[in-house]
Amino acid sequence: MSFELETAANRENLRRVAIDPVSRVEGHGKVTLLLDEAGHVKEARLHIVEFRGFEKFIQGRPYWEVPVMVQRLCGICPVSHHLAAAKALDPVVGALTLTPAAVKIRRLMHYGQILQSHALHFFHLSSPDLLFGFESPVQQRNIVGVAAAHPEVARQGVLLRKFGQEVIRITAGKRVHGTGAVPGGVNKSLTAAERDTLLADADQMIAWSHEAVHLARRLHESDRALYDEFGLFRSHLFSLVRADGAMDLYDGHLRLRDARGHIVKDAISCADYEQHIVEEVKPWSYMKFPFMQDLGPLKGWYKVGPLARVQNCDFIPSARAEAERQAFVAHGEGEPVHAPLAYHWARMIEMLHAAEVIRDLLNDPDLLSDQRMKEGTKGREGVGIIEAPRGTLIHHYRVDEDDLVSYCNLIVSTTHNNQAMNEAVRQVARRYLDGRQLTEGLLNHIEVAIRAFDPCLSCATHALGKMPLAVELLAADGSLADRAVTGS
Amino acid sequence: MKQFLLDGQPVPFADGQSILEAARQAGHYIPSLCWHKDFPAHGSCKLCIVKAAGRHVSACATPAREGWEVESNTPEMNGERRGLLQMLFVEGNHFCPSCEKSGSCELQALGYEYEMLTSRFRHFYPDRPVDASHPDVLLDFNRCIFCELCVRASRDVDGKSVFALTGRGIHKHLVVNAESGRLADTDFSKDDMAAHICPVGVILHKGPGFAVPIGERTYDTSSIRSLKLQEEDS
Repeated sequence: MSFELETAANRENLRRVAIDPVSRVEGHGKVTLLLDEAGHVKEARLHIVEFRGFEKFIQGRPYWEVPVMVQRLCGICPVSHHLAAAKALDPVVGALTLTPAAVKIRRLMHYGQILQSHALHFFHLSSPDLLFGFESPVQQRNIVGVAAAHPEVARQGVLLRKFGQEVIRITAGKRVHGTGAVPGGVNKSLTAAERDTLLADADQMIAWSHEAVHLARRLHESDRALYDEFGLFRSHLFSLVRADGAMDLYDGHLRLRDARGHIVKDAISCADYEQHIVEEVKPWSYMKFPFMQDLGPLKGWYKVGPLARVQNCDFIPSARAEAERQAFVAHGEGEPVHAPLAYHWARMIEMLHAAEVIRDLLNDPDLLSDQRMKEGTKGREGVGIIEAPRGTLIHHYRVDEDDLVSYCNLIVSTTHNNQAMNEAVRQVARRYLDGRQLTEGLLNHIEVAIRAFDPCLSCATHALGKMPLAVELLAADGSLADRAVTGS
Repeated sequence: MKQFLLDGQPVPFADGQSILEAARQAGHYIPSLCWHKDFPAHGSCKLCIVKAAGRHVSACATPAREGWEVESNTPEMNGERRGLLQMLFVEGNHFCPSCEKSGSCELQALGYEYEMLTSRFRHFYPDRPVDASHPDVLLDFNRCIFCELCVRASRDVDGKSVFALTGRGIHKHLVVNAESGRLADTDFSKDDMAAHICPVGVILHKGPGFAVPIGERTYDTSSIRSLKLQEEDS
């Protein structure tokens, strides 16, 4: 099964342009383009060349180790894996429901994660592109450049992320790779002093997040031709929503909307995900391509993440974020917004929501309760689904009679967006690279499209705009015709 | 009272007392992994290595002598200890990031204490499957350092001889003393002394996992040096 521009009809005599590596999550990806003699794009692929193997080597390990081990999948959003695994393993210890304290502390941890991750992505990674332009001087196109030109924006971005990290530290024990969630509950409550430390800054974070939404919106509306059209493609939208249709990033049921915004699947229990989602393997990428089984691989793929969530829910259960959601929806003039660059605007709305949720949770006395754990009749299987910063994250485990993991299936957020990112790359390649000489700025258009999805690109590859990207243009005989390098 | 000099400091001792015991009693820390106050000296981990009268000896197994000059907390001896720790780390599979004993593990604490920053040697990556057959206790052999504390506790205190070391040299490993080799097929109990004596993460009680939060684990706020000396005082 192949999409337009996925596989060239005749690969002979086509020039191959490889962007290798494109930075991505904890590993490597690359973009390859095949161009004909006139420079027209005949094939464009985002290949994910990582191979991790977590699903295999977690087998044979004790179940209680899993939430701590699998979070090592990622250094940016480990809390998501930590919590998804803990949720999946709650039924294994017989905790079919958790104590109010445990649920709220986990939620606090998760929304702290959303806040810090979204702030990191928008301010540190993407704002240089958005504030200075995709082809602005590379020396400026980084967070240091933002700090020089827009010091208050950079400062707020850094402090928003720091606050989110503090929420994580206080709930999980460490800013990165903590141990807070355990099957059946959490291992620590908040002290009054910890709560008060966070509360002191909570309102400021809401205010700054609000400003960030307006910044993203202003950028979008100031150049609608670019923001609405760049890399545009239409697809289904997929996410968790709460039982009443509200946005919920920690728990709920699964919902799918079609590209026109109609709900086509709803109230899917997390435990039933396997009945709906299947993954296709393609020989040119290690990352699978999930799709809805009944819709098939050509029509059943979808977007996940902020752009999907903000439009898949019926409302956001916090006042300021809901007002911003309504403005966002209005921008679509009755149709869902599919523009990849609108991810940024949607992401900031979620950040505002996270800040509001954190403030409200901090005022809840249950956070201080020592009623942290529940247990009951042990189970042998569990599915945990959570809305990670980048999208729907699925963890599924089976445990044998000796308490060892016998089966593990993980479908991570970036995987759901595999086809979507490929589509965006193809649209951008066709629109901006077709028949033109390679420049760093043009290459950055590809990066901008991929980056909009926030595909968990690691700090190392994105740091300070020095995303290591080498593009080589090879002549038909394989000789090097042109080469451009960014970063190091 | 008789005394010897430890790093230039006088340390009193009673006849028959080892260098390690006398030193700790006097408030001087000499590290160990296999030594335990309830058992005879074992001398296998070699972390307590000191230079006494010009020779390298195990402080736990060497009786103190009047007038000896003993070097312990010196760059040379601490470097030896760091090397020994590095060898212990590469010999097993010690993945601290996902080990529930992290923060309460003596091997890890000593790694910090002796500023072990690299593994230095090539990892062996031995294949040591876990034994989860027992309803209450899991054995993760990957982390075994062959201190034999469980062997000794089970044999000498619990009267069960559940554990043994087998194999020679590089092939040495901990086994369960049952025909099937499974812990479930022994009379081992979670209340045995052997179930509570492992200094690393081999003998684990099922269930608690990561119940102790970061910040409250044994070595989160105090070094192994100060905690071992406190134990001596109590």
